[in-house]
Formats: sequence, structure tokens, C-alpha cells
Amino acid sequence: MKRKSTIVEQILLYLVLIIGLVITILPFYWMIIGATNRTGDVFRIPPTFVPGSYLLENLKHLNESILIWRSLFNSLFIAITYTLIGLLLCSAAGYAFAKFQFKGKNIFFTVLILSMMIPYQATIIPLFQMFAKLDLMNTYLAVILPQLVYVFPIFLMTQNMKAVPASLLEAARIDSAGEFYIFFRIVLPAMRPALAAVAIFLFNHQWNNFMWPLVIMNTKEMYTLPVALSTLAGQNSIDYGQAMLGTSISVLPVIVIFLFMQKHFVSGILGGAVKG
Amino acid sequence: MQRSLADNHRPERRKRQFVTIKTMPYILLAPILTLFTLFYIYPIFYSFLLSFQTRIRGEYHYAGLSNYARMIEDPIFYKALGNSFLILVIQVPLMLTLAVLLAVVLNSPFMKFKGLFRIGYFTPVLTSLVAASVIFLLILNKDYGLLNYLLAKIGIQPIGWLSDGYWPLVTLIIVMTWRWTGYNMVILLAGLQNISEDLYEAASIDGASRVKQFFYITLPQLKPVLLVTFIMSTIGSFQLFDEPYTLTSGGPNNRTLTLTLYLYQNGFSYFDFGYASALTYAVVAIVAVLSLVQFKLAGDKD
Repeated sequence: MKRKSTIVEQILLYLVLIIGLVITILPFYWMIIGATNRTGDVFRIPPTFVPGSYLLENLKHLNESILIWRSLFNSLFIAITYTLIGLLLCSAAGYAFAKFQFKGKNIFFTVLILSMMIPYQATIIPLFQMFAKLDLMNTYLAVILPQLVYVFPIFLMTQNMKAVPASLLEAARIDSAGEFYIFFRIVLPAMRPALAAVAIFLFNHQWNNFMWPLVIMNTKEMYTLPVALSTLAGQNSIDYGQAMLGTSISVLPVIVIFLFMQKHFVSGILGGAVKG
Repeated sequence: MQRSLADNHRPERRKRQFVTIKTMPYILLAPILTLFTLFYIYPIFYSFLLSFQTRIRGEYHYAGLSNYARMIEDPIFYKALGNSFLILVIQVPLMLTLAVLLAVVLNSPFMKFKGLFRIGYFTPVLTSLVAASVIFLLILNKDYGLLNYLLAKIGIQPIGWLSDGYWPLVTLIIVMTWRWTGYNMVILLAGLQNISEDLYEAASIDGASRVKQFFYITLPQLKPVLLVTFIMSTIGSFQLFDEPYTLTSGGPNNRTLTLTLYLYQNGFSYFDFGYASALTYAVVAIVAVLSLVQFKLAGDKD
């Protein structure tokens, strides 16, 4: 049996953890304070520590500075489309790597994993030229397409797919089920927790994507949330009321989605853990 | 059920010999490998070629090593390189130490409210880096920010988090640590799940203290996962862009200029793709060397 820690140790541990948690969460609270008050009230000494009633006024100003709802739509549309296509691509690749023997398997997998070590900046200038030449600047397609090459979720999916019992696939093949039938009707439904985890990764990756849309999108109507927010922060005197409201609008949907899916997320990540 | 499956699929399978157990993996991989070639392999090679070119009257011409020669004599390049290394040396160990401690504590069987703490510490990962930076712009405002207000309560003079001396670099480190610790914690938690309980039980029977168990069981067993987080964080510190762009635009006096921000300025403010590509390959080379060194130091036998 392990030694039981003393009560004092326990209390200290929880105290440290709670202080850490408060430091972690406080910026979110301060964001909400900022979003619901006038900049003047947040900048008073002492500042206000409670949510105020200026949400709608801040929203009005925010709408005059950036097209917040349009940007929210852009970000949502791009992130959701990307996640759906990405899920299909990653699970197909993961299934192939985990459950098939074929020529070139090791080479493909090694090249993909090694590519994770090359910073994506190495691609950004040629991609910019490519999309300019194709006349696809300032389009959703240009933001989504190159980002689909995201290796970490493929790796995660491969690890998770290893858990699909070979006997299940064999049984289906003996029953003469087609390969696509096996993939879509047998393998994918069994992978639900992993798919949820990968979905969160993909969504978060695209939702946070900044440099590439900054380069590709050049009108207010097409700005994603991070690009629109960065224009607010770039002004000489920042109106924090609208900046914090804009930030809240970009942060809160993801937190809500995460809270709904977090059970799957943890098990999906743990299922994909590197087995020794 | 079984019979109907067979009936449905047998004739179809005879007709369409194309999709078989032999061809299926290639069909599955074709889309991602096509995208990978078009949007990854090709640009990587193309930007390598670009790094040997320079623009003369709107056209790119071969210019030998001139971009690299310029880089070697560019004081701003060294400034950016130094900043990236400072962040690597200070921020990455700080963050990973915190992440390991959190992961170990939140994995211990005696802990209560584990789920709550895990989710709480993970939430910053859900904010975009730009959003996180904007929030910290408010908190770290020199005259009216929350942090300086709280520091004043304990008698500390206001700090110019975004303007004075080396504080902007400290600010970057704070924001990055806030944003990424939970991310690494989750990956390390996954690694901890794979350490066999038997190891700890055996150690307990031998009378090893909890601290000893941490150093002689947990850390060595966690090494592969720790290596992954270390390499990812190293790459991250050389890719650092969103935070300095939003918080300080690289200023003041390039004190928070990072390599990626500098290559972005060259590429998309001055449209000097040749020089920007040379800077890109400096980043690629540094990351490759550092990853190799970390692999060697970790003594991976695979």
C-alpha cells in the first residue's frame, strides 16, 4: 500500500491547485467584465469587479468597427466544413495505416510523421502564390484546402484504429461485406469517441488559425474572427469594451462545444496514447 | 441478417473487382496523399528554390546565395533568433515542468474533483491565440490594467508589460504559458495512463518514497511522451507569430520580434519572397537540428 499523505499535505496541495485554477480562469472572468462594462469603468481605480450593463452598447460599437456576425459566420462555416472533411480524411488514413498491410505503408507513414517537424511557414509563400494564380484569394476554399494536411489527428486516428479487433473485420469479409461498407458501417461507428476527440482537435485548429487567413482574406466581409479581432487590437487607442465582447464571442462557442464533448475528448486522447 | 448481407454484396463484389482488400488502403490514402503532395511537399520544395531567387523588376531571378549572405549580415535576423532562443530556453522548461506536475497530481488516485481541475486547466487551450493576446492586452495595460492594480496593492510600482525593457518578452512568456500548459498536461496525462500500476506497487513495497517514485518511475516511463511535447514546444517557439503580432507587433525596438514574425514582415509587408524564404529555411534548419539533438539527448534506442 502507498503511504497516505497527511492532512496538511493534502490541504496545501488543493490550495496550490485552486490558486492555479483561479489564475487560469481569471482572464476569462476579466474578459466578461470587460465585455459588459465601459472601458472607463474597467480602467477606474479601483476597477469594477462585477459584470455591468453595457453589453448592448459595446455590441453596437463592435458592429461599427468590425463585421462581428459575419466574421462569426465565416469562422463557423470554415471550421465546421474543415472538421467534417478532415474527419473523413483522417479516419480513412488512420484505418489504412492501422488495419491494412500494403506496399509503401511504412514510407508513407514515416514521411507524414517527419513532416510534422517542418514548420508550416515553409509552405506559406508558395501557397500564397499558388492561390493568387488560381484566382482563389479571399475565398473559403483557400483557407480550408491547405489546412486539411494536418498530421497529428491522422496519427491519433491510427493509434485509435489499432483497437478495432481484426476478427470483426474478418467476420465482415467472410460475410462478403464490401470494403466501403466495412469502413462506413462497422469501423466508423465503433470509433465514435476517437472521432469526437479528433473533431475537437480539427475544429480548434481551424478556429484558431490566424496567419494563413490573415494572408489570404483581404476584405472585412471575409475576415475570420481572429483576423477581425487583431484589427481591433491594432488600433491606436483600443476600445476594450468592444474588444472584450468580440473576444467573448470568439471564445464562448468553443468552450460550450468542448463542455458537451469533453468526455469523448479525454477517452479519445487516452485511447490514442502512445503504447509502449 | 448474415445471409442478406452476403446476398447483397457478393454479386457487387464480382462486378467491381476494383475495391478489394489489396486496393482499399490506397483508395483510403489517395485523398490525403494528394493534398499532402499539392499543399505540403510541393510548397516546401518551391520555397527552397525561392530562397535562391531575388526579384528584379517584378520577376524572380536566380541569385545564388545572396539571400543567405544577406541574412548572415542582418542584425534584425540575429535579434529575432535571440528572442526565439530566449523563449525556448525559459518558456518551454517552465511550461513543461508545470504541465508534468499538474498531470502527475491530477492522475493520482487520491485526488478528488480531478475532472473539474482537468477541464479548468485545459480551457485556455480553447481560446485562439489572438483572443488570448487581446485579453492580456487589457489585463497588462500599464496604467489601468488589472495586474498592475493588484501589484500596487502589495506596493509594487506599475510595470510596463508591453513597453519597458525586457518586460514585453516576459509578457509573451506569461501569455504562452497560460495558453499552452493545459494542452501539454492532457498529452502527458495520456502518457501517465500507460505506466503500469505494478511498478508503483513494487516500489511501495520496497519502501520508495513518493518523490523517489516520481524520479525513478514516472519520469523515465514518461520520457517518450515528454520528448514529443518537448519537440512540439520547440517547434512552437520558433513558429511563434500570433501573440507577438497581436500584443506588440514585435516591438518595442524588435524586442519581441520572432523569426516567424520577421519572415511574415518580409514576405507580406515588403513582398520580398526570396528573402522571406531564406528566413523560412533558417527556421526549418534550426528546428531540424534541435529536434535531432533532443532525440539524441533523450537516447532513444528505436
